[in-house]
Amino acid sequence: MALAQETKPKEVPEKKEKKRIAATGADAAAYAVRDVDVDVVAVYPITPQAPIAENIAQMIADGEIDAELIHVESEHSAMSAVVAAAATGARAFTATSSQGLELMHEVLYIASGLRQPVVMALATRALSAPINIWNDYADAMGMRDTGWIMIFSENVQEVYDNLIQAFRIAEHPDVLLPVVVTLDGYILSHTTEPLEPMSREEALSFAPKRPRGYRPVLDPDEPVTIGVLGAPNWYQEVKVQQALAMRESRRVIEETGKEFGRIFGREYGFIEPYMMDDAEVAIVTLGATSSLVKAAVNRLREQGVKAGMVKIRVFRPFPAEELAKALENVNAVGVLDRAVSFGGAVEGPLFMEVATSLALRGIVKPMVSFIHGLGGRDIFVKDVMEMYQKLLEAAKTGKSVTRTLFYGVKSRRGHVV
Amino acid sequence: MALTKPIKSLWEIPREERFVGGHAACQGCAAALILRHLMKVVGKDAIVVNATGCMEVISTLFPRTAWRNPWLHLAFENAGAAASGVEAAIKALQRKGVLDPNRYIKVVAIAGDGGTFDIGLQSLSGMLERGHDVMYVVYDNEAYMNTGIQRSSATPYGAWTTTTPVGKKMRGEYRPKKDIIGIAYAHRIPYIATANPAYPIDMINKFIKAYNTRGPSLVHVLSPCTPGWRIPESKSIEVAKLAVQTGMWVLLEIENGKPKVTVKIRKRKPVREYLKMQGRFRHLTEEDIKKIQEMVDQYVAEINKWVGEEAIGPVEG
Repeated sequence: MALAQETKPKEVPEKKEKKRIAATGADAAAYAVRDVDVDVVAVYPITPQAPIAENIAQMIADGEIDAELIHVESEHSAMSAVVAAAATGARAFTATSSQGLELMHEVLYIASGLRQPVVMALATRALSAPINIWNDYADAMGMRDTGWIMIFSENVQEVYDNLIQAFRIAEHPDVLLPVVVTLDGYILSHTTEPLEPMSREEALSFAPKRPRGYRPVLDPDEPVTIGVLGAPNWYQEVKVQQALAMRESRRVIEETGKEFGRIFGREYGFIEPYMMDDAEVAIVTLGATSSLVKAAVNRLREQGVKAGMVKIRVFRPFPAEELAKALENVNAVGVLDRAVSFGGAVEGPLFMEVATSLALRGIVKPMVSFIHGLGGRDIFVKDVMEMYQKLLEAAKTGKSVTRTLFYGVKSRRGHVV
Repeated sequence: MALTKPIKSLWEIPREERFVGGHAACQGCAAALILRHLMKVVGKDAIVVNATGCMEVISTLFPRTAWRNPWLHLAFENAGAAASGVEAAIKALQRKGVLDPNRYIKVVAIAGDGGTFDIGLQSLSGMLERGHDVMYVVYDNEAYMNTGIQRSSATPYGAWTTTTPVGKKMRGEYRPKKDIIGIAYAHRIPYIATANPAYPIDMINKFIKAYNTRGPSLVHVLSPCTPGWRIPESKSIEVAKLAVQTGMWVLLEIENGKPKVTVKIRKRKPVREYLKMQGRFRHLTEEDIKKIQEMVDQYVAEINKWVGEEAIGPVEG
């Protein structure tokens, strides 16, 4: 099928006065879905994603969104339905959390393997057992190898901005991969913050709908067979193409973040360094936790400690190069995980990515893996300051801590396990 | 264009092939024959959603395809959900003027008994309950034939499969076949039918009605499997015909909740004739056959009561 001319997003004229409203992360997700004119939404309720589904349903009921809402009977069907809708040429969206994402898991690979530009919001939440509805990144980490582009949000504004960008990235002809945007369960999904939405015209001109035919879709006039049997003589080629598309997506993600900054004044990159120019020790983080780490950094700076932080915004494709560059001058690196890779070389999944990124570039630093905040356990600034103390020690001795340190655990021996 | 009026003779079956030859189905495969006829009926404007199973595997070995229609396969258990997604997308795109709103593009879901009775039941139920405009065709070869010959909940009582083997303590499947028609009926959908490739005109007319129903429809087709049923390649249609003549398979149609038998059988043949043709029933004793006969007698009585006439008669002689 011939590819249609790539459409260039239209320039948006001079910005008028900015509108600021109060919104939760769930509101922000629904606004983004509304503003990019989604065609099909399939959702199944799960805590803490449910308000996203409810908001979208209300907007459809009020005529604010012109989309088909499929009240599916499970998350497996939610993901199946949106992949199928995308294969028919529709702009499709779903949202989930935790066990719901686990139930979707099979279809997550199918979405990326079939190169369907589905966009999903993930209100991050711990996994059973024991059952727990509060925030951590166990669910997100479970999808890291499914072939999805993964973008983490730090605050409500980022939920909105990331979702708008997600549609443009996913549907780019050089990418055609599904994108997930996270919002920390409760911490973002249910917390009200100031939000500066754009107008629908602005959103649609930034993430325009491409004319039908730019990618193969189910169309009686041009029949294609999607979802074939790939025997050993072809399967590997498909998978390698998928890996290459993920690599290629870096360029598009970067361009999209820059362009977003140029038009809306909020630029986005793969990582966000905080106080890194002269930092001696640094912690790498994800998601909403980053705000807390920033607070700890501020406190330490007041005390004269040269602390810094690097937030990972795009977790897949992993920004190894950018991260190595940001960390090359510090004396010790800590990684703050909110998920466990049981039995891993080190139990922090993000830590493993960071360590690999540095090691492959010959950057050897003392490193410490921290895990905190599982299942909604509160993290306090003082906890993070303790972690920085641990890093300062590591910087002094020049030695890494070879096992993961669990912070905030009830234990007879005290704080760290 | 899809057929819209019932046909009366084989000559009225369209010549055009939309499920084309060169696929990898076994010789004598009834399912491939069923699909061939199905696609002739539904024509160009059908979008096919296929569950994982024999028909998906044999027809789409990359880089080849047997489908001249747009076709989608996602997984084993989600044909109902995927079909719902395609249907919703068509609706939205037609409403927004991306697709021609005056053109009737219909989703046809195809799945085997495993993907329908067992693992796909939930997504099928969701699709039926939500009222999507989808025609769902289940080809029932009465076991998991794509993975070998493992028992499904559509496997009939007494049948040998590799997971209901015949040994000292177990002698094949020991539970009756699941009533998928009853399940579909409970969803109050506008059109439900059973069909059989040995009665092609009846089958095709049911496909025509199911396709032209607005809302969910389900056609349950018996699909003899030569390796799985242990029958010669040339016998699939003969055995399919005996299923109807013995009353093991009743050709039903339920329109808006009203049931009727479309092919009436005045005198039934004994089930023995159906069973003895198939290797999967070779181990049955006289007592087993008697029990199956009793089960069929009871089923026939229920059907006759349901349709309000003696549509299926007694066993002959």
